[in-house]
Amino acid sequence: MKLIIIAGPPSAGKTAVTRQIIRHFLGKKKCAFLKIDVVRAFEDEELREEFHIPARKIYSGDLCPDHTGVMVLKDAIAWAEGLGTDIFIVESAGLCLRCSPYVTQSLGIVVLSAVSGMNSPLKMGPMISLADVAVITKTDLVSQSEKEVFREKTKEVAPAIDIIETNAIQGTGLRFLMRAIDQQAEITDPATILLRGIPPLGVCTICVGKREIGWQNHFGVVRKLDGADDIFRGD
Amino acid sequence: MAIYFHPWFLLLVMSSGAISEITILPGHDKHGNPESFDRIVIRPGDTLSIVGPTGSGKTAFINDIEVFACNDTSTGRTVLVNGEIPAEEFIRDPSKKPIALITQNTKCLADMSVEAFLAMHVRARKMSGSAIVAETIDLANQFTGEQIHPGCRITALSGGQTRSLMVADAILISNAPLILLDEVENAGIFREKVIEVLKEHCKSVIFVTHDPLVSLLSDRRLVMRHGGVEKILEPDGREFHIREMVARMDLTLCRFRERIRAGELLTEKGFTV
Repeated sequence: MKLIIIAGPPSAGKTAVTRQIIRHFLGKKKCAFLKIDVVRAFEDEELREEFHIPARKIYSGDLCPDHTGVMVLKDAIAWAEGLGTDIFIVESAGLCLRCSPYVTQSLGIVVLSAVSGMNSPLKMGPMISLADVAVITKTDLVSQSEKEVFREKTKEVAPAIDIIETNAIQGTGLRFLMRAIDQQAEITDPATILLRGIPPLGVCTICVGKREIGWQNHFGVVRKLDGADDIFRGD
Repeated sequence: MAIYFHPWFLLLVMSSGAISEITILPGHDKHGNPESFDRIVIRPGDTLSIVGPTGSGKTAFINDIEVFACNDTSTGRTVLVNGEIPAEEFIRDPSKKPIALITQNTKCLADMSVEAFLAMHVRARKMSGSAIVAETIDLANQFTGEQIHPGCRITALSGGQTRSLMVADAILISNAPLILLDEVENAGIFREKVIEVLKEHCKSVIFVTHDPLVSLLSDRRLVMRHGGVEKILEPDGREFHIREMVARMDLTLCRFRERIRAGELLTEKGFTV
């Protein structure tokens, strides 16, 4: 079974890309789908109805969606393998732009929207830099020059990333994505799958529910307004 | 006005650049009927217009070219470069891609100055020299009656100014040998000037158009119907008289338009074209 992990900011077109993948492989490969979302999601129902494939969802609620992904992925792989799936697509939520749910033994796809502003790739970091493929959607809505600049900014974050530009609703230009999926190796051993990157620091007083503002009220990961740069220091 | 390029001149251009021709192989219309043409070959300096009712497949035709369709779009057409399936870098690397598409969308999302926007595109193309930014703005100003200043915000430009800038950008900065223009007439830019400059730069152009003058100024006309190419017309000079007449009518209309915009009452009697 091949594992595909799709991430990207909200409204970038992750589900439109997922639809194109399923449509392309329909009748040739067995696809299964898992959506990880925070509060509400409907993609599983829509895809099940449209393509008659096994599809489910999980809500992360108070947890970070990546954290939830790590927790449930082993079970989810067993579920999909149990159904005889050839291509298992996991679509994550992408809320804080720090998400990076890609694991080893998978194809990591980040979906970015060309209308989100030309500097947006620079604001995302590991969501782009740890992915194998960047699918840039809505390129039909921007000018040629904006498209080229967006591409260069994406390459600034991840020089070796495979960039695919598309209007995901029409599916233009996606043949290179389908080829990457064709060439993707199968999972060799689910027990050895690792998250590719290191998630953001997760346990802090805010995570556990303290709501007072001001660093004086917190311990663990503390940051002052001045003199901290982007390095977090314990206190 | 029309400049004729001798085939030997084209050969010279071909040998200096990588693209000598782009070929479109037939697909099928919306009902699945195969298209009747054998192949459509576009060479440097060619101008084609695509005409037909709304929904007849005009935009789909240029989109096929833009993505280098490989029997993988809804029309089933295939696009070849120099007679072969193009190398992947032609398709995927915008700095090598020989095609620039200027869509009907005249909105630019980047909220920055014209100068900074073009400079950013120049940097993305890894070109050197700052002169090209000023040249591009100068060229754009030949296409529009409303002056574009280097310090203007892109988002504050009118539709015509944006379209003019995009065309100038495609000619000078993208430097694409084939330019696809979707309804250039909608944006109120000087169409004849655009066509003249495109010919001067030896660009091939495909116009999707409803405009009589743009259609008549093209070497070939593709007539679309139900999603397929129905006919390919090569007027070969036979439309010369009508073309001259339409050009005069167009000029007259342009003058009226400018006077109306200037707030005049048009009271002449017995005005002749």
